[in-house]
Formats: sequence, C-alpha cells, structure tokens
Amino acid sequence: MKCHHCDKQATVHLTQILNGQMHKMDLCESCAQANGVTNPENLSIGTLMDSTKGETKPPSGSMVCESCGTTHQDFKKGGRLGCEACYHVFRPILDPLLEGMHAGTHHLGKIPSGLESRVQFSQSVDDLKKQLLNAIENEDFEKAAELRDQLKALENEAQV
Amino acid sequence: MFHDLLNKFGSSKKKPKSIPVTLSTRIRLARNLREFPFPGKAEDGQRRAVLSKCMDAMTEMDSLKESTSLEVDDLSELDRQILVEKHLISPELSQVEEGSGIVLSSDRNCCVMINEEDHLRIQVLQPGLEFEKVWKRADELDSKIESIVNYAYDCELGFLTACPTNLGTGLRASAMMHLPGLVMSKNMDKVINAVNQLGIAVRGLFGEGSDASGSIFQISNQQTLGESEAAIIDRLNETLKNIVRQENFARDKLMQDDGLRLVDKISRAVGILKSCHLIQSSEAMDLLSLVRLATDFNMLPERFRSLTDRMFIEIQPGHVQFSAGKPVEPSDRDRLRAELLRKEFGRSPQLNLEGAS
Repeated sequence: MKCHHCDKQATVHLTQILNGQMHKMDLCESCAQANGVTNPENLSIGTLMDSTKGETKPPSGSMVCESCGTTHQDFKKGGRLGCEACYHVFRPILDPLLEGMHAGTHHLGKIPSGLESRVQFSQSVDDLKKQLLNAIENEDFEKAAELRDQLKALENEAQV
Repeated sequence: MFHDLLNKFGSSKKKPKSIPVTLSTRIRLARNLREFPFPGKAEDGQRRAVLSKCMDAMTEMDSLKESTSLEVDDLSELDRQILVEKHLISPELSQVEEGSGIVLSSDRNCCVMINEEDHLRIQVLQPGLEFEKVWKRADELDSKIESIVNYAYDCELGFLTACPTNLGTGLRASAMMHLPGLVMSKNMDKVINAVNQLGIAVRGLFGEGSDASGSIFQISNQQTLGESEAAIIDRLNETLKNIVRQENFARDKLMQDDGLRLVDKISRAVGILKSCHLIQSSEAMDLLSLVRLATDFNMLPERFRSLTDRMFIEIQPGHVQFSAGKPVEPSDRDRLRAELLRKEFGRSPQLNLEGAS
C-alpha cells in the first residue's frame, strides 16, 4: 500500500469519522509526522485530503427524517436513528459508515418468514438488473432484450 | 410476586453446570416493530402501545408459558439493580422511565427486554459454552414473535435497529470468560488487541464501560451485517476456543514458573474469604476469582466452582441488600457481604496441592 502523499510504503493507517462519513487514509512514516498524525488533537483528515487529491467532501446541509424528526445533527451526536424511514433518508451518509463498521453492507442472515417471498422477488429483480447491465456493457443486445422482457414480466406479476 | 421470583433464583434445585474458564453463553437479538418509531424517538403513548403489543404476543406463546411479565415502572430501584446484577436486564433498561418491560421465562434463561434501545431485545443465556443450544432457542423465540408482529426489515440492510452497529442480524453473541491466567501474566492487552482485529469486542463484567473485576470479561462479536448468524457465531466460537487455549497455557506457565507464589496467593484468598469481617465487592470478586482458579487446578472440590459463580452475583450490592430485606448503607453492606462469605467458605477444606496440575 502506498502513501497518500508520496510513493513510499504506507505504514500509518488512519481512520476518522467526519460529519458522519468515514475516511480512511494510508500514510508513510514521514508524511504522517509532517501532518501531525502523531498528535491527534491537531489532526483533521479533511485538511489532509484537501491538500492533496481533492477528494469528495462530505455532503453538507441538514437532512431531516420527516417521519420521526431525527436530524443529521441528532444522528451525528447520538449515533442513533429514530425509525425505519430514517434508513432511507440517511442512507447516503450511512453507507460509507456501514462499510467501515461491518463485515459487509448486505444482510446475509435470517429473513422473516413472512417476507421470504418478497425478498426472493427483490433479489431476482436485482439479479436480472445486474445481468441486464452486464449484457449492455458487453453489447449483447439480444440477451439484453431477453432480460428486459423477463424483468418486465416479473414486475407485472408483482403488481397483480 | 417479584420477590418470590427472585427467591426462586437462589434456591433453584437444579444446579447449573459450571465449567472452567467459560462462565456463560449469551445470544441477544435486536428487533423493532414496523409501525412505530424506535423507543428513543417514540412518544409515551407509542411506547405503551409497543409494550402491550409485545407482551400480549409473548404471553400467548407456548415456549413462554409460565413466564413473568414485568413493567420496569413497577419495580423498585433495588429490584432493578438485582436484575442488572443477574445480567437479565441492561443497566440502560433499568434507567428507563416509562413504558418499558421485561418478559422472563420460567427457567430464567430467556429474558426479553421491551423498549430498551430497540423495541425488542431477545436474550437467551446459559451456563458454559453452549452457542448451538442458545442460538437455537433465541432463533425459535424470534421466529414465533415474528409470526405475530411485523418486524422492521429491509431486504438489503436486514433487521433495522436504532443503532447502525446492530443492523442486519441484530445479533450479539457473547460469552462471559474467567481469564485470571491471562490477567496475571499481563497478556490480556495482547489478547484484546488481537481479537479486536477480528471484529470481536472485550468488555468488563457488566458490559460497556465496566471494569474487569474478578478477571471476568464479556467477549462478543462487534459486526452484525454482511455475515450470516452462523458465520458470526462460528467465528466468535473459534476465537473463544483459542482464548481458552491461551488462558490454559498462561495458567500452566504461571504454575511452572512460580507455582509457590500462585499457591500462596490462592491460599491467602481462601483465608480472607473464611475470616473477613468487612469486605468490598471489588476485593471479594478478586478473591473469588482465585478460588475459581484453584478449583480448575483441582486444589478444591468441583462444587467450589459453582459456589464462586453464585457468589460472583450474590456479593453484588443489590443482592446483599436484597438478602438483608432492606436498603443498606455501603459500609454495612461490607459487613453483610463478609458475613455471607464467611458462612459459605467457613468450612472450605485445605487446598489439595497433590492434585494441582
């Protein structure tokens, strides 16, 4: 792994949560020292990133869950969401957090029995969509048309 | 009625099996109901509605026949403290003001908390290292509840929880481990660092922020999303087995390198337990820890292991006051605690140093 600033081997691996977004950075010993990584009080990964490759900044503005009133600030402060709908509202800031927090970002565990069919349906739709994108990328339009029809049929079925 | 229930704990005829190193196994599942905001954002009326909905659902279930349902509001401060000391409810739930409750199975191995951080925290615990059994029971209980209420669930994110750290499976599997060998040989920090790398957390006896008195640690998975329940439990189980090996190795080494010092320490511990007149819970925990270690070394008969496990709980401040039948000042608690320990350990035999491995 190479240093974010120079091409030396990175030995310092930094993780910081800023505005609810997790940032990771790899630095070599000397760049880490130069940027004050040894003194966490002075450190901001934001400035580290700004001074280099101009990575994306965390989304600003105040998101609010209309269903329960939880704000982006509330979540940042307490680390808790307020209701099911929050997971949709805060999804953009949640996704990078989940990546750092868990082994993966997709649930691979138990499915409530009442939901099994619903889940299977959405998994097959997801699957078909992926295959469709693949087919288009590979310019296999015959296959793409086939997949599009399958997808349509599945969605019609669900509406009935 | 609640006090009858607590008394039953103490006088339970069926002695739980007690084994070296692993005190108990626990599984906790976090679940929320679809139609309501999570407890932290719910209004009193909504919390009440969730409480009665969940309690109704559970009292109907065969597997919770003869269970006890309690509202936290109805419990005195001392009653709550006792439930925390028995590890049946979390310190957080004991602080909740309104609309929270617990459902406790008749064998006390199953305790569902309602309106803690999530609407439901389904917990199953058992002495020893028994993940298979404990998971099976938690899973069945969860499925039954789910057949009656609608859970908040997302195809991609799994079971939705108030804190994203519990998202997905909502599963926290943990074991209470007695690790005096690793503590005495000063290897515990290394172990904590190593298991942290594997996404496994180490906490003190009473969870988050508590100290490791008595060399007892709660070791659990940190990650809940992106893996199946079986994979999470397997990984934790493998890690725990490894820790047991390390602990046994550390114990053997302590005995080999400086056995006399260890024997001296244990003998002194038994001596103090036999003859103290004032003792604080932290000191008592450390002495009991040495007695449990002595039992594992075959220096004391097997029954001393289950006795120490019982004492680990009964010397806690809430339990000492409960036995006294009234709230007691800390200084007087130290006297009552010493009395209890003298009574229980007064007739302990000489250490068997022949059998010591």
